[in-house]
Amino acid sequence: MVELLRQAWAVARKDLLLEFRTRTAIVSAAVFAALVLMVFNFGRDPTAVATIDLAPTILWVTFTFAAMLALNRAFQLELENQALEGLLVSPLNRTSLYWGKLIANLAFVAVVEAVGLPLFVLFFNVPVWHVLAPLVGVIALATLGFVAVGTLFSALVVRTRFAELLLVVILLPFLVPPLMGAVQLTARLFGGRPLSEVVGYLKLLAAYDIVFVSLASILFRFTVDE
Amino acid sequence: MTLAQRGRWITLVALALLGAVYVRALMFTPLERMQGAAQKIFYIHVPAAIWTEGAMILLGLAGILFLFLKDPRLDRFAEASAEVGTVFATIVLTTGPLWGKPIWGTWWTWDARLTSTLFLFFLYVGYLLMRGAVREPGLRARYAAVLGVCGMFLVPFIHLSVFLFPTLHPQPIILKPSAPSLPGTMLETWLFSLGVFTLLYVGLVTQRYAVSLLREARQTVGGDHA
Repeated sequence: MVELLRQAWAVARKDLLLEFRTRTAIVSAAVFAALVLMVFNFGRDPTAVATIDLAPTILWVTFTFAAMLALNRAFQLELENQALEGLLVSPLNRTSLYWGKLIANLAFVAVVEAVGLPLFVLFFNVPVWHVLAPLVGVIALATLGFVAVGTLFSALVVRTRFAELLLVVILLPFLVPPLMGAVQLTARLFGGRPLSEVVGYLKLLAAYDIVFVSLASILFRFTVDE
Repeated sequence: MTLAQRGRWITLVALALLGAVYVRALMFTPLERMQGAAQKIFYIHVPAAIWTEGAMILLGLAGILFLFLKDPRLDRFAEASAEVGTVFATIVLTTGPLWGKPIWGTWWTWDARLTSTLFLFFLYVGYLLMRGAVREPGLRARYAAVLGVCGMFLVPFIHLSVFLFPTLHPQPIILKPSAPSLPGTMLETWLFSLGVFTLLYVGLVTQRYAVSLLREARQTVGGDHA
Protein backbone atom coordinates (compact mmCIF):
# COMPACT_ATOMS: atom_id res chain seq x y z
CA MET A 1 0.00 0.00 0.00
CA VAL A 2 2.80 2.41 0.95
CA GLU A 3 4.62 1.40 -2.23
CA LEU A 4 1.47 2.02 -4.30
CA LEU A 5 1.10 5.50 -2.85
CA ARG A 6 4.80 6.25 -3.30
CA GLN A 7 4.57 5.33 -6.99
CA ALA A 8 1.36 7.32 -7.38
CA TRP A 9 3.02 10.34 -5.88
CA ALA A 10 5.95 9.97 -8.31
CA VAL A 11 3.54 10.08 -11.27
CA ALA A 12 1.57 13.00 -9.81
CA ARG A 13 4.75 14.89 -9.00
CA LYS A 14 6.01 14.44 -12.57
CA ASP A 15 2.74 15.79 -14.01
CA LEU A 16 2.54 18.71 -11.61
CA LEU A 17 6.18 19.64 -12.15
CA LEU A 18 5.61 19.60 -15.89
CA GLU A 19 2.58 21.82 -15.42
CA PHE A 20 4.34 24.15 -13.03
CA ARG A 21 7.24 24.66 -15.45
CA THR A 22 5.10 25.53 -18.47
CA ARG A 23 1.89 26.80 -16.81
CA THR A 24 0.13 26.99 -20.20
CA ALA A 25 -2.70 24.56 -19.44
CA ILE A 26 -3.47 25.80 -15.95
CA VAL A 27 -3.53 29.45 -17.02
CA SER A 28 -5.72 28.59 -20.02
CA ALA A 29 -8.15 26.66 -17.82
CA ALA A 30 -8.33 29.49 -15.26
CA VAL A 31 -8.92 32.08 -17.98
CA PHE A 32 -11.53 29.79 -19.48
CA ALA A 33 -13.33 29.61 -16.11
CA ALA A 34 -13.28 33.41 -15.84
CA LEU A 35 -14.65 33.73 -19.38
CA VAL A 36 -17.48 31.28 -18.72
CA LEU A 37 -18.43 33.32 -15.65
CA MET A 38 -18.42 36.43 -17.79
CA VAL A 39 -20.55 34.83 -20.49
CA PHE A 40 -23.09 33.84 -17.85
CA ASN A 41 -23.36 37.46 -16.82
CA PHE A 42 -24.48 38.43 -20.32
CA GLY A 43 -26.69 35.39 -20.70
CA ARG A 44 -29.22 36.35 -18.04
CA ASP A 45 -31.63 39.13 -17.26
CA PRO A 46 -30.79 40.38 -13.73
CA THR A 47 -34.15 42.11 -13.40
CA ALA A 48 -36.05 38.88 -14.12
CA VAL A 49 -34.03 36.22 -12.29
CA ALA A 50 -32.37 36.89 -8.94
CA THR A 51 -28.65 36.11 -8.98
CA ILE A 52 -28.97 33.92 -5.92
CA ASP A 53 -31.35 31.58 -7.76
CA LEU A 54 -28.97 31.17 -10.65
CA ALA A 55 -25.73 31.20 -8.64
CA PRO A 56 -25.36 27.43 -7.94
CA THR A 57 -25.89 26.59 -11.60
CA ILE A 58 -23.38 29.21 -12.75
CA LEU A 59 -20.80 27.95 -10.28
CA TRP A 60 -21.14 24.29 -11.24
CA VAL A 61 -21.36 24.69 -14.98
CA THR A 62 -18.17 26.77 -14.83
CA PHE A 63 -16.37 24.21 -12.66
CA THR A 64 -17.34 21.18 -14.72
CA PHE A 65 -16.52 22.77 -18.08
CA ALA A 66 -13.14 23.98 -16.82
CA ALA A 67 -12.46 20.55 -15.29
CA MET A 68 -13.14 18.81 -18.59
CA LEU A 69 -10.47 20.93 -20.23
CA ALA A 70 -8.05 19.77 -17.56
CA LEU A 71 -8.97 16.11 -17.96
CA ASN A 72 -8.24 16.07 -21.67
CA ARG A 73 -4.72 17.09 -20.91
CA ALA A 74 -3.89 14.23 -18.51
CA PHE A 75 -3.10 11.54 -21.05
CA GLN A 76 -2.74 13.73 -24.10
CA LEU A 77 0.61 14.94 -22.82
CA GLU A 78 1.82 11.34 -22.54
CA LEU A 79 1.34 10.83 -26.28
CA GLU A 80 4.26 13.08 -27.12
CA ASN A 81 7.45 11.10 -27.75
CA GLN A 82 5.49 7.98 -26.78
CA ALA A 83 5.84 8.81 -23.12
CA LEU A 84 2.87 6.56 -22.34
CA GLU A 85 4.74 3.48 -23.59
CA GLY A 86 7.65 4.58 -21.42
CA LEU A 87 5.38 4.73 -18.37
CA LEU A 88 3.88 1.34 -19.17
CA VAL A 89 7.18 -0.52 -19.53
CA SER A 90 8.48 0.98 -16.29
CA PRO A 91 7.90 -1.18 -13.19
CA LEU A 92 4.91 0.93 -12.27
CA ASN A 93 1.77 -0.52 -10.80
CA ARG A 94 -1.26 0.31 -12.98
CA THR A 95 -3.35 1.38 -9.99
CA SER A 96 -0.55 3.73 -8.95
CA LEU A 97 -0.45 5.20 -12.43
CA TYR A 98 -4.18 5.88 -12.19
CA TRP A 99 -3.93 7.34 -8.70
CA GLY A 100 -1.02 9.52 -9.77
CA LYS A 101 -3.01 10.90 -12.68
CA LEU A 102 -6.02 11.34 -10.41
CA ILE A 103 -4.01 13.28 -7.82
CA ALA A 104 -2.48 15.52 -10.50
CA ASN A 105 -5.91 16.15 -12.06
CA LEU A 106 -7.44 16.91 -8.67
CA ALA A 107 -4.68 19.40 -7.94
CA PHE A 108 -5.16 20.97 -11.34
CA VAL A 109 -8.93 21.26 -10.98
CA ALA A 110 -8.55 22.52 -7.39
CA VAL A 111 -6.37 25.39 -8.62
CA VAL A 112 -8.93 26.29 -11.29
CA GLU A 113 -11.70 26.18 -8.68
CA ALA A 114 -9.64 28.28 -6.29
CA VAL A 115 -9.38 30.93 -9.00
CA GLY A 116 -12.99 30.53 -10.11
CA LEU A 117 -14.66 30.79 -6.70
CA PRO A 118 -13.38 34.30 -5.75
CA LEU A 119 -14.19 35.54 -9.25
CA PHE A 120 -17.67 34.09 -8.92
CA VAL A 121 -18.12 35.87 -5.57
CA LEU A 122 -16.83 39.10 -7.09
CA PHE A 123 -18.88 39.01 -10.31
CA PHE A 124 -22.16 37.83 -8.86
CA ASN A 125 -21.92 39.35 -5.40
CA VAL A 126 -22.87 36.15 -3.62
CA PRO A 127 -21.97 36.18 0.07
CA VAL A 128 -20.11 32.93 0.75
CA TRP A 129 -18.04 33.75 3.83
CA HIS A 130 -20.51 32.39 6.35
CA VAL A 131 -20.77 29.08 4.47
CA LEU A 132 -17.22 28.83 3.17
CA ALA A 133 -16.19 25.69 5.07
CA PRO A 134 -19.24 23.55 4.09
CA LEU A 135 -19.09 24.96 0.54
CA VAL A 136 -15.47 23.89 0.15
CA GLY A 137 -16.47 20.49 1.50
CA VAL A 138 -19.26 20.12 -1.06
CA ILE A 139 -16.93 21.25 -3.87
CA ALA A 140 -14.31 18.72 -2.78
CA LEU A 141 -16.84 15.85 -2.58
CA ALA A 142 -18.33 16.54 -6.00
CA THR A 143 -14.99 17.23 -7.67
CA LEU A 144 -13.45 13.97 -6.46
CA GLY A 145 -16.28 11.98 -8.01
CA PHE A 146 -16.28 13.46 -11.47
CA VAL A 147 -12.50 13.81 -11.73
CA ALA A 148 -12.18 10.09 -10.82
CA VAL A 149 -14.48 9.10 -13.70
CA GLY A 150 -12.95 11.71 -16.00
CA THR A 151 -9.40 10.48 -15.42
CA LEU A 152 -10.42 6.94 -16.36
CA PHE A 153 -12.24 8.14 -19.47
CA SER A 154 -9.39 10.37 -20.60
CA ALA A 155 -7.24 7.23 -20.69
CA LEU A 156 -9.98 5.50 -22.69
CA VAL A 157 -10.32 8.15 -25.38
CA VAL A 158 -6.69 9.13 -25.78
CA ARG A 159 -6.06 6.67 -28.58
CA THR A 160 -9.38 7.20 -30.36
CA ARG A 161 -10.31 9.63 -33.09
CA PHE A 162 -11.74 12.99 -31.95
CA ALA A 163 -10.47 12.35 -28.41
CA GLU A 164 -11.40 15.79 -27.00
CA LEU A 165 -14.92 15.70 -28.34
CA LEU A 166 -15.52 12.08 -27.40
CA LEU A 167 -14.42 12.66 -23.80
CA VAL A 168 -17.06 15.34 -23.32
CA VAL A 169 -19.76 13.19 -24.93
CA ILE A 170 -19.12 10.11 -22.80
CA LEU A 171 -18.32 12.00 -19.59
CA LEU A 172 -21.29 14.36 -19.35
CA PRO A 173 -23.90 11.68 -18.54
CA PHE A 174 -21.66 10.59 -15.67
CA LEU A 175 -21.53 14.15 -14.34
CA VAL A 176 -25.29 14.29 -13.83
CA PRO A 177 -25.59 12.65 -10.38
CA PRO A 178 -22.69 14.58 -8.74
CA LEU A 179 -23.70 17.78 -10.48
CA MET A 180 -27.33 17.39 -9.44
CA GLY A 181 -26.24 16.79 -5.85
CA ALA A 182 -23.71 19.63 -5.85
CA VAL A 183 -26.16 22.16 -7.27
CA GLN A 184 -28.84 21.24 -4.72
CA LEU A 185 -26.38 21.39 -1.82
CA THR A 186 -24.90 24.70 -2.99
CA ALA A 187 -28.37 26.20 -3.38
CA ARG A 188 -29.26 25.20 0.20
CA LEU A 189 -26.00 26.67 1.48
CA PHE A 190 -26.49 29.98 -0.33
CA GLY A 191 -30.08 30.06 0.89
CA GLY A 192 -28.86 29.73 4.48
CA ARG A 193 -30.56 26.37 5.02
CA PRO A 194 -28.97 23.79 7.32
CA LEU A 195 -27.13 20.91 5.63
CA SER A 196 -29.21 18.45 7.65
CA GLU A 197 -32.03 19.27 5.25
CA VAL A 198 -30.16 17.67 2.37
CA VAL A 199 -28.37 14.74 3.97
CA GLY A 200 -29.68 12.58 1.11
CA TYR A 201 -27.61 14.50 -1.44
CA LEU A 202 -24.51 14.35 0.75
CA LYS A 203 -24.91 10.58 0.93
CA LEU A 204 -25.38 10.47 -2.84
CA LEU A 205 -22.14 12.38 -3.40
CA ALA A 206 -20.22 10.25 -0.91
CA ALA A 207 -21.55 7.00 -2.38
CA TYR A 208 -20.71 8.19 -5.89
CA ASP A 209 -17.14 8.99 -4.82
CA ILE A 210 -16.62 5.63 -3.15
CA VAL A 211 -18.13 3.59 -6.00
CA PHE A 212 -16.43 5.39 -8.87
CA VAL A 213 -12.99 5.85 -7.31
CA SER A 214 -12.88 2.09 -6.55
CA LEU A 215 -14.36 1.12 -9.90
CA ALA A 216 -11.96 3.32 -11.86
CA SER A 217 -8.98 2.00 -9.86
CA ILE A 218 -9.96 -1.54 -10.84
CA LEU A 219 -10.88 -0.83 -14.46
CA PHE A 220 -7.93 1.40 -15.29
CA ARG A 221 -5.51 -1.42 -16.11
CA PHE A 222 -7.85 -2.61 -18.87
CA THR A 223 -7.52 0.73 -20.63
CA VAL A 224 -3.73 0.65 -20.91
CA ASP A 225 -2.68 -3.03 -20.96
CA GLU A 226 -2.90 -5.21 -24.02
CA MET B 1 -32.80 -21.74 -39.49
CA THR B 2 -30.06 -19.13 -39.30
CA LEU B 3 -29.63 -16.89 -36.30
CA ALA B 4 -30.88 -13.86 -38.23
CA GLN B 5 -34.04 -15.70 -39.25
CA ARG B 6 -34.65 -16.90 -35.73
CA GLY B 7 -34.27 -13.33 -34.47
CA ARG B 8 -36.68 -12.09 -37.13
CA TRP B 9 -39.31 -14.66 -36.11
CA ILE B 10 -39.03 -13.79 -32.43
CA THR B 11 -39.39 -10.11 -33.28
CA LEU B 12 -42.42 -10.73 -35.49
CA VAL B 13 -44.13 -12.77 -32.78
CA ALA B 14 -43.34 -10.02 -30.25
CA LEU B 15 -44.79 -7.33 -32.53
CA ALA B 16 -47.96 -9.37 -33.06
CA LEU B 17 -48.28 -9.80 -29.31
CA LEU B 18 -47.71 -6.08 -28.85
CA GLY B 19 -50.82 -5.62 -30.98
CA ALA B 20 -52.62 -8.02 -28.65
CA VAL B 21 -51.43 -6.00 -25.62
CA TYR B 22 -53.12 -2.97 -27.08
CA VAL B 23 -56.31 -4.79 -27.91
CA ARG B 24 -56.41 -5.91 -24.31
CA ALA B 25 -55.41 -2.49 -22.95
CA LEU B 26 -58.02 -0.60 -24.99
CA MET B 27 -60.94 -3.04 -24.92
CA PHE B 28 -60.62 -5.16 -21.79
CA THR B 29 -58.81 -2.97 -19.26
CA PRO B 30 -60.77 -0.31 -17.35
CA LEU B 31 -60.17 3.40 -17.90
CA GLU B 32 -58.19 5.15 -15.22
CA ARG B 33 -60.55 7.56 -13.42
CA MET B 34 -58.35 10.69 -13.38
CA GLN B 35 -56.22 10.32 -16.49
CA GLY B 36 -58.68 8.67 -18.85
CA ALA B 37 -57.35 7.26 -22.11
CA ALA B 38 -53.94 8.89 -21.70
CA GLN B 39 -53.08 6.33 -19.04
CA LYS B 40 -53.08 3.58 -21.71
CA ILE B 41 -49.62 4.71 -22.77
CA PHE B 42 -48.36 3.38 -19.45
CA TYR B 43 -48.45 -0.17 -20.89
CA ILE B 44 -45.75 0.75 -23.43
CA HIS B 45 -43.91 3.43 -21.50
CA VAL B 46 -43.06 1.53 -18.32
CA PRO B 47 -42.00 -1.82 -19.88
CA ALA B 48 -39.81 0.10 -22.35
CA ALA B 49 -38.30 2.10 -19.48
CA ILE B 50 -37.57 -1.08 -17.53
CA TRP B 51 -35.82 -2.59 -20.54
CA THR B 52 -33.90 0.63 -21.21
CA GLU B 53 -32.30 0.21 -17.80
CA GLY B 54 -32.21 -3.58 -18.13
CA ALA B 55 -30.30 -3.41 -21.41
CA MET B 56 -27.69 -1.16 -19.77
CA ILE B 57 -27.29 -3.56 -16.85
CA LEU B 58 -26.90 -6.59 -19.16
CA LEU B 59 -24.43 -4.59 -21.24
CA GLY B 60 -22.40 -3.88 -18.09
CA LEU B 61 -22.50 -7.52 -16.96
CA ALA B 62 -21.34 -8.59 -20.42
CA GLY B 63 -18.56 -6.01 -20.05
CA ILE B 64 -17.35 -7.45 -16.72
CA LEU B 65 -17.35 -10.98 -18.13
CA PHE B 66 -15.60 -9.81 -21.28
CA LEU B 67 -12.74 -8.21 -19.35
CA PHE B 68 -12.02 -11.56 -17.71
CA LEU B 69 -12.97 -14.10 -20.39
CA LYS B 70 -12.06 -12.11 -23.54
CA ASP B 71 -14.88 -13.87 -25.37
CA PRO B 72 -15.87 -11.93 -28.52
CA ARG B 73 -19.44 -13.23 -28.20
CA LEU B 74 -19.88 -11.09 -25.09
CA ASP B 75 -18.73 -8.02 -26.96
CA ARG B 76 -21.16 -8.70 -29.81
CA PHE B 77 -23.96 -9.09 -27.28
CA ALA B 78 -23.00 -5.81 -25.56
CA GLU B 79 -23.06 -3.96 -28.87
CA ALA B 80 -26.47 -5.43 -29.76
CA SER B 81 -27.84 -4.65 -26.31
CA ALA B 82 -26.65 -1.03 -26.58
CA GLU B 83 -28.40 -0.48 -29.90
CA VAL B 84 -31.64 -2.07 -28.72
CA GLY B 85 -31.39 -0.06 -25.47
CA THR B 86 -31.12 3.12 -27.53
CA VAL B 87 -34.32 2.21 -29.39
CA PHE B 88 -36.14 1.52 -26.13
CA ALA B 89 -34.89 4.78 -24.62
CA THR B 90 -36.27 6.54 -27.70
CA ILE B 91 -39.64 4.84 -27.11
CA VAL B 92 -39.65 6.05 -23.49
CA LEU B 93 -38.71 9.56 -24.53
CA THR B 94 -41.44 9.76 -27.17
CA THR B 95 -44.29 8.14 -25.23
CA GLY B 96 -43.49 10.21 -22.12
CA PRO B 97 -44.19 13.63 -23.69
CA LEU B 98 -47.29 12.21 -25.43
CA TRP B 99 -48.67 11.42 -21.99
CA GLY B 100 -47.26 14.58 -20.42
CA LYS B 101 -49.08 16.98 -22.75
CA PRO B 102 -52.66 16.10 -21.69
CA ILE B 103 -51.80 15.29 -18.06
CA TRP B 104 -49.18 17.90 -17.12
CA GLY B 105 -50.04 20.39 -19.86
CA THR B 106 -46.50 20.37 -21.18
CA TRP B 107 -44.50 18.09 -23.48
CA TRP B 108 -41.31 18.34 -21.57
CA THR B 109 -40.23 19.55 -18.17
CA TRP B 110 -36.74 19.54 -16.69
CA ASP B 111 -37.79 17.12 -14.06
CA ALA B 112 -35.25 14.72 -12.56
CA ARG B 113 -36.86 11.61 -13.96
CA LEU B 114 -37.09 12.94 -17.50
CA THR B 115 -33.64 14.41 -17.35
CA SER B 116 -32.13 11.17 -16.10
CA THR B 117 -33.82 9.14 -18.85
CA LEU B 118 -32.49 11.60 -21.38
CA PHE B 119 -29.01 11.14 -19.94
CA LEU B 120 -29.39 7.39 -20.09
CA PHE B 121 -30.17 7.87 -23.77
CA PHE B 122 -27.01 9.96 -24.16
CA LEU B 123 -25.07 7.32 -22.27
CA TYR B 124 -26.09 4.83 -24.96
CA VAL B 125 -25.26 7.28 -27.74
CA GLY B 126 -21.86 7.98 -26.17
CA TYR B 127 -21.20 4.27 -25.90
CA LEU B 128 -22.03 3.72 -29.57
CA LEU B 129 -19.98 6.76 -30.64
CA MET B 130 -17.08 5.42 -28.61
CA ARG B 131 -17.30 2.10 -30.46
CA GLY B 132 -17.29 3.97 -33.75
CA ALA B 133 -14.18 5.93 -32.82
CA VAL B 134 -11.88 2.93 -32.26
CA ARG B 135 -10.78 1.05 -35.38
CA GLU B 136 -8.95 -1.92 -33.92
CA PRO B 137 -11.57 -4.57 -32.90
CA GLY B 138 -9.67 -5.87 -29.83
CA LEU B 139 -9.13 -2.40 -28.44
CA ARG B 140 -12.70 -1.41 -29.25
CA ALA B 141 -14.13 -4.37 -27.34
CA ARG B 142 -11.96 -3.64 -24.30
CA TYR B 143 -12.72 0.08 -24.22
CA ALA B 144 -16.41 -0.54 -24.76
CA ALA B 145 -16.44 -3.05 -21.90
CA VAL B 146 -14.86 -0.52 -19.51
CA LEU B 147 -17.40 2.13 -20.49
CA GLY B 148 -20.23 -0.39 -20.25
CA VAL B 149 -19.29 -1.41 -16.71
CA CYS B 150 -19.20 2.26 -15.65
CA GLY B 151 -22.59 2.76 -17.30
CA MET B 152 -24.07 -0.12 -15.36
CA PHE B 153 -22.88 1.39 -12.09
CA LEU B 154 -24.35 4.74 -13.08
CA VAL B 155 -27.88 3.32 -13.40
CA PRO B 156 -28.52 3.01 -9.61
CA PHE B 157 -27.28 6.59 -9.13
CA ILE B 158 -29.65 7.86 -11.78
CA HIS B 159 -32.40 5.93 -10.06
CA LEU B 160 -31.42 7.23 -6.61
CA SER B 161 -31.31 10.88 -7.66
CA VAL B 162 -34.93 10.49 -8.80
CA PHE B 163 -36.05 9.78 -5.25
CA LEU B 164 -34.19 12.81 -3.89
CA PHE B 165 -35.09 15.37 -6.49
CA PRO B 166 -38.45 17.14 -6.34
CA THR B 167 -40.33 15.56 -9.21
CA LEU B 168 -43.53 15.89 -11.18
CA HIS B 169 -43.22 12.36 -12.47
CA PRO B 170 -45.53 9.76 -10.87
CA GLN B 171 -43.71 7.73 -8.26
CA PRO B 172 -43.18 4.09 -9.15
CA ILE B 173 -46.37 2.14 -8.57
CA ILE B 174 -45.13 -1.34 -9.43
CA LEU B 175 -41.43 -1.53 -8.60
CA LYS B 176 -41.57 -0.18 -5.08
CA PRO B 177 -40.90 -1.62 -1.63
CA SER B 178 -44.57 -2.19 -0.78
CA ALA B 179 -47.03 -4.21 -2.89
CA PRO B 180 -48.00 -2.86 -6.33
CA SER B 181 -50.90 -0.43 -6.01
CA LEU B 182 -52.58 -1.22 -9.30
CA PRO B 183 -55.96 -2.89 -9.84
CA GLY B 184 -55.71 -6.54 -10.89
CA THR B 185 -56.74 -6.24 -14.56
CA MET B 186 -54.39 -3.31 -15.14
CA LEU B 187 -51.53 -5.20 -13.50
CA GLU B 188 -52.25 -8.25 -15.68
CA THR B 189 -52.20 -6.16 -18.86
CA TRP B 190 -49.01 -4.52 -17.73
CA LEU B 191 -47.30 -7.83 -16.92
CA PHE B 192 -48.38 -9.16 -20.32
CA SER B 193 -46.81 -6.10 -21.93
CA LEU B 194 -43.61 -6.52 -19.92
CA GLY B 195 -43.38 -10.09 -21.21
CA VAL B 196 -43.90 -8.87 -24.78
CA PHE B 197 -41.18 -6.26 -24.41
CA THR B 198 -38.83 -8.91 -23.06
CA LEU B 199 -39.51 -10.98 -26.15
CA LEU B 200 -38.99 -7.91 -28.33
CA TYR B 201 -35.64 -7.28 -26.66
CA VAL B 202 -34.55 -10.90 -27.22
CA GLY B 203 -35.67 -10.82 -30.86
CA LEU B 204 -33.98 -7.52 -31.70
CA VAL B 205 -30.75 -8.43 -29.89
CA THR B 206 -30.61 -11.78 -31.71
CA GLN B 207 -30.98 -10.07 -35.06
CA ARG B 208 -28.38 -7.45 -34.25
CA TYR B 209 -26.00 -10.15 -33.02
CA ALA B 210 -26.41 -11.96 -36.34
CA VAL B 211 -25.54 -8.75 -38.20
CA SER B 212 -22.30 -8.46 -36.21
CA LEU B 213 -21.42 -12.04 -37.14
CA LEU B 214 -22.08 -11.40 -40.83
CA ARG B 215 -20.05 -8.21 -40.76
CA GLU B 216 -17.09 -9.95 -39.12
CA ALA B 217 -17.29 -12.81 -41.62
CA ARG B 218 -17.25 -10.36 -44.49
CA GLN B 219 -14.29 -8.50 -43.06
CA THR B 220 -12.21 -11.65 -42.67
CA VAL B 221 -13.11 -12.94 -46.17
CA GLY B 222 -13.14 -9.73 -48.17
CA GLY B 223 -10.58 -7.86 -46.08
CA ASP B 224 -12.42 -4.57 -46.55
CA HIS B 225 -13.33 -2.28 -43.70
CA ALA B 226 -16.95 -1.55 -44.40
